[in-house]
Amino acid sequence: MAMSDSAPLLASLQGINHTYGDVQALNDITLDIPAGMMVGLLGPDGVGKSTLLGLISGARKLQDGQLQVLNGDMRSSAHRKKAGPKIAYLPQGLGKNLYADLSVEENLDFFAKLFGQKSQERALRITQLTKATGLESFLHRPAGKLSGGMKQKLGLCCSLIHDPDLLILDEPTTGVDPLSRRQFWQLIAQIRSQRHQMSVVVSTAYMDEAEGFDWLVAMDAGKVLASGKPQELKNTTGTDDLESAFVALLPLEKRGNTEKLVIPPLEVTTEKPAIIARGITRKFDDFVAVDDVSFEIKAGEIFGFLGSNGCGKTTTMKMLTGLLPISSGEAFLFGKEVDASDMKTRMRVGFMSQAFSLYTELTVHENLLLHARLFHLSTEKTAQRIRALVKRFDLQSQLHTKAQSLPLGIRQRLSLAVAVIHEPEMLILDEPTSGVDPVARDVFWRLLVELSRRDKVTIFISTHFMNEALRCDRISLMHAGKVLVYDEPKHLVAAKQASTLEEAFIGYLEEAIGGKEAPENEEPSAALASIPSEPSTSLMEPLEVASNGSVSTKSTTTDNVFSLKRMLAFSYREIMEVMRDPVRLTFAFIGSALLLLVVSYGISLDVEDLTYAAYDNDRTPQSREYLSHFEGSRYFIKKPSIQSEDDLERRMQSNEITLALEIPAGFGRTLIRGETPSVSAWIDGANTTRAGTIEGYVSGVHVAYLTQLFAEQGYDIDDYANVDLQPRYRYNPTFETIFSMGPKTPAMLLLLFPAILMAVSMAREKEIGTITNFFVTPTTRFEFLLGKQLPYIAIGMINFVTLTLLVVYLLKVPLTGSVTGLMLGAFFYVFAATGFGLLVSSITNTQVAAVFATAILTLMPTVMFSGMIQPTSTLEGGGYIIGTLWPATYYMHLSVAAFTKGLSVWQLMNDIYVLAIFGPVFVVVTALFLKKQEA
Amino acid sequence: MRAWINIYWLGLKELRSVLSDFVMLLLIIYSFSLAIYAQSTATSESVNNASVAIVDEDHSALSRTIANALYPPYFKVPILISPSEIDDAMDSDTYMFVVSIPPNFERDVRKGERPSVQINIDATAVTQASLGNTYIQNIITDEVNHYITRSDEDTEYPVELVQRRAFNPNGTGMWFGAINALLNQISMLTIILTGAALLREREHGTIEHLLVMPLTSFQIVMSKVWANGLIILVSFMLSTFFVVEWILDVPIAGSRLLLFGGTALYLLAAAAIGIFLGTIARTMAQFALLLLMVIIPIMMLSGGLTPIESQPEVIQPVTWLLPSRHYMAFAQAVVFRGANITIVLPEMLKILGLGSAFFIASILLFRRSISVSK
Repeated sequence: MAMSDSAPLLASLQGINHTYGDVQALNDITLDIPAGMMVGLLGPDGVGKSTLLGLISGARKLQDGQLQVLNGDMRSSAHRKKAGPKIAYLPQGLGKNLYADLSVEENLDFFAKLFGQKSQERALRITQLTKATGLESFLHRPAGKLSGGMKQKLGLCCSLIHDPDLLILDEPTTGVDPLSRRQFWQLIAQIRSQRHQMSVVVSTAYMDEAEGFDWLVAMDAGKVLASGKPQELKNTTGTDDLESAFVALLPLEKRGNTEKLVIPPLEVTTEKPAIIARGITRKFDDFVAVDDVSFEIKAGEIFGFLGSNGCGKTTTMKMLTGLLPISSGEAFLFGKEVDASDMKTRMRVGFMSQAFSLYTELTVHENLLLHARLFHLSTEKTAQRIRALVKRFDLQSQLHTKAQSLPLGIRQRLSLAVAVIHEPEMLILDEPTSGVDPVARDVFWRLLVELSRRDKVTIFISTHFMNEALRCDRISLMHAGKVLVYDEPKHLVAAKQASTLEEAFIGYLEEAIGGKEAPENEEPSAALASIPSEPSTSLMEPLEVASNGSVSTKSTTTDNVFSLKRMLAFSYREIMEVMRDPVRLTFAFIGSALLLLVVSYGISLDVEDLTYAAYDNDRTPQSREYLSHFEGSRYFIKKPSIQSEDDLERRMQSNEITLALEIPAGFGRTLIRGETPSVSAWIDGANTTRAGTIEGYVSGVHVAYLTQLFAEQGYDIDDYANVDLQPRYRYNPTFETIFSMGPKTPAMLLLLFPAILMAVSMAREKEIGTITNFFVTPTTRFEFLLGKQLPYIAIGMINFVTLTLLVVYLLKVPLTGSVTGLMLGAFFYVFAATGFGLLVSSITNTQVAAVFATAILTLMPTVMFSGMIQPTSTLEGGGYIIGTLWPATYYMHLSVAAFTKGLSVWQLMNDIYVLAIFGPVFVVVTALFLKKQEA
Repeated sequence: MRAWINIYWLGLKELRSVLSDFVMLLLIIYSFSLAIYAQSTATSESVNNASVAIVDEDHSALSRTIANALYPPYFKVPILISPSEIDDAMDSDTYMFVVSIPPNFERDVRKGERPSVQINIDATAVTQASLGNTYIQNIITDEVNHYITRSDEDTEYPVELVQRRAFNPNGTGMWFGAINALLNQISMLTIILTGAALLREREHGTIEHLLVMPLTSFQIVMSKVWANGLIILVSFMLSTFFVVEWILDVPIAGSRLLLFGGTALYLLAAAAIGIFLGTIARTMAQFALLLLMVIIPIMMLSGGLTPIESQPEVIQPVTWLLPSRHYMAFAQAVVFRGANITIVLPEMLKILGLGSAFFIASILLFRRSISVSK
């Protein structure tokens, strides 16, 4: 490398390889990165930039090679713990590490807490940072409702809250409008001017941004192409601008078409506009996403849509495609009013949504084939189209690769190929080039131009890139739900007397913002400018001023040790999130209350109302006398008499009767003669438990008949009994099911609900990506797990109280034993339930899988093997083993003992001890599975 | 015709998605093999291995005979305890039954003084308590009678009662357990699979992609229903053949074709419920909670744990709305009673009707749910 040995190093990489499955993301990277600089990582998508940043930040686990960051080995967990708090990492994706339901202030407060800052210090820092970034007037707005630029500013604030020495930003300005982008970089420059020692490492797709960096690393296909100062790179390649320099650095076959893209002029063939929007408006509750938007798009035109994230572009496009109903106004496609049920129009339109929305589990070919079939192309046509598109979009080498393992640029090509497979007359493309590298973007645009000029396809496209906007026939600038202006790009530039479209755009934005009360994009330089004059509150000055002045910021962070404060920070954040989703809480509480009633009332173990019919072949007073005993029984309900053997069989088969009494011909005569006639009772044996109970009832009625028979003859049957049996039904003398189900049902609910809520919450962090905050902050595993668990234990305990009250006051099952014992048991039980939820989520990666796995793994043991109906001790084989190892068994036992057996807390201790073991075991096992770094 | 072609191709895509997900496949295989096996072999009899203690204050030959007559599999070998231990032992659930034989029991029996035997029963386990009590009473009566008459002959009564069990003559509890287990698994898996398939498409944005193509909500929903239903149906068939009939040796009295046909019908209904839940849930957490609220009643109140007829009048109309209740009745009739199609037709129609109702409701909600989920 061209580095001088004397320069201090930020990071030194040697022979670093990184693979994901079969994909080699980084290939033998050796590189020295100087400290105290603004370092840019350039390169197309999927070349390993994010992986490299993840490794440097310590969020990703090093697989192969040597990596020194901040003068220490990143393999050593001791160094990572020491260096971690000095590194701040803003992952790719707008607001990916932010909590969408929490407000700006709550997000900042959470991050500050993770670094152990005291409340005074936190408040001071939050004020400073938000003031400097212009977020101060949005302190209470949920992060999810911020615009793209503001989200990134908030992300930056969160990263800066602990005065890092190294700031890592992964494509921070992708998807951000030009004005916000400019402000963002101004902010970074401002910070750096005050903290010279801070190094910044940024990856970006914007070459114009890279011009301003101190030092650059150009990457391709997991390798470093070149590194050095921007001027050095330009000099070596003999180019004037970085974009060309980068292309020149690429191997020949990857440079793409080096010819400059020339767009032939638009020939308007028809005066009829392809798309007309007249005052369309879309409201979400009280929020107006699109406000009175009107425009006309000519047939064959490339119409560009510009604006920051969240300004309403996507919503407008969705309304035009019929995905979202239009709140007011009207829109026409091909002269016909937009109608979601109009299949004919849909055949003429191709749509590409912002996120890749093809099936990632299908291959390129399968995706193409599926769509060809759904558009009902004939077999020959399908083959022909696929062949043509594969050639035109250069997909041949990836034809049988699954979409999930394609680089973004190729995915976008595939999306476009799919969108045009049915040769539509109109394409609606929502940010198709977002996150795509320059070469791939260029290829993509060549295709668009060809479609427009050669095939006369009308193209409605949204983008963030100014050079793309310049290629459109006309563009429209959108901001905060309104179209500011629409015209040809050159007219717009001229109208603002600007030199570039970007400048013109910024001009229009500032004009729009100036007129509004909300300083959404308030020029931050004003706030920043005031800072240097007040050194004590300067943006990046270490905060000695905090508290008594003697405590330095860093000393308050207690690394390596379990910190109660950090754990509670996670709990507090989780509680806030749960409170913001009242539907979930309501479901949890009302749902379990409802289930308690339905299940404990619905399960009746008293077998009653059994249907029976008599098959009386005798028809004498004697036989009728025998049968009359069944008619009087409260257990049986009489059905019309059976006429024949066939009738008997059919009616038993159809479940019309569960018992058939067959009295043989000559019953009466035989009885009178003193011989022993026999009566047959046919019992439906399908449900064995029920059959057993019925046998008991039938015997009972039979005995009652005999007793009466003897009595008529002057005997008392009791005299003949040799023994007097006295059954004593303990704990439930009236023998009502509710005394059993009342205490047991809550046991079932207190396991299932907390477990599944916990598992989903954890899986969500993984899926959305907020788990990165655990990787890159000094949080330990137990702080994270227990912190997340506590709120759900609290929810479980509240549920326990409500369910217990319902059981006592509504189901009228008295709680005769120790309340303390029951509560203590419930606490450990809910701890175990949430612990199990954590365990399941640690082995699953998506919320779907977490729900699937939790349901399958918890329902059966809880309902079947925990003694709900059948005591665990009477089970056999696997069921018995599962039951013994499942917490519900012990809590059900304890609950019954506390409610109906009236036991004291000491007598309940055995169950409580066992219950207390489960939770810690689950959490410890989860912690073993949970890695402090990404793979 | 076009609609059905779309449904066919979309469904194929659906099949591919599920089959390429390794974790899902593993869970499905587990659910239809080990889970079924464990569940059906666990509950072999209602009274099984019940713990009994005997307080023998007589120490006679007769009292020992009674103790020896309580043997596995119904009861564990009885343990002798002292009278003072009864309360503690029952409180701590060490024994489900305690039989107290008083002093001079044998002598009193011989004298014909009808001594009392007390049976303490833990009535918190209702079914076992009542059945076990009957068994113990019969055993004691038999032993005492036997002791007096010194013969194996039963006492003669004027009328003899012969009880026979139809459809499962030996009362093998596993049969019923196996069918119940199958019902639980297919309900749970179908609902989760279809509901999750819908939610996943929504999360990945692919649903919007489908909705801008010339496809109707009906086609999208229907393709998910048939594909996921088919996966479960095939698993059900394999499980029936290999686990239920072959390994567990449960005979199927009726027509297998009819059983599978009815199951297919039920799966349509269950899948429709899954879609229905998937459309009303906005997030995965909400879906999980809704799922619990539906699946628990299905597992507990469909007639698999306790008979429908003993459910209280208030609850019966609620459980009538569960297609699983009618499917349970159908499956029992076909598997155990060998019922033919004319007998089970009413149940099948009910399943179809309820399934259609859920299906229509979910289609009506479908597009609305997409536009709400911004």
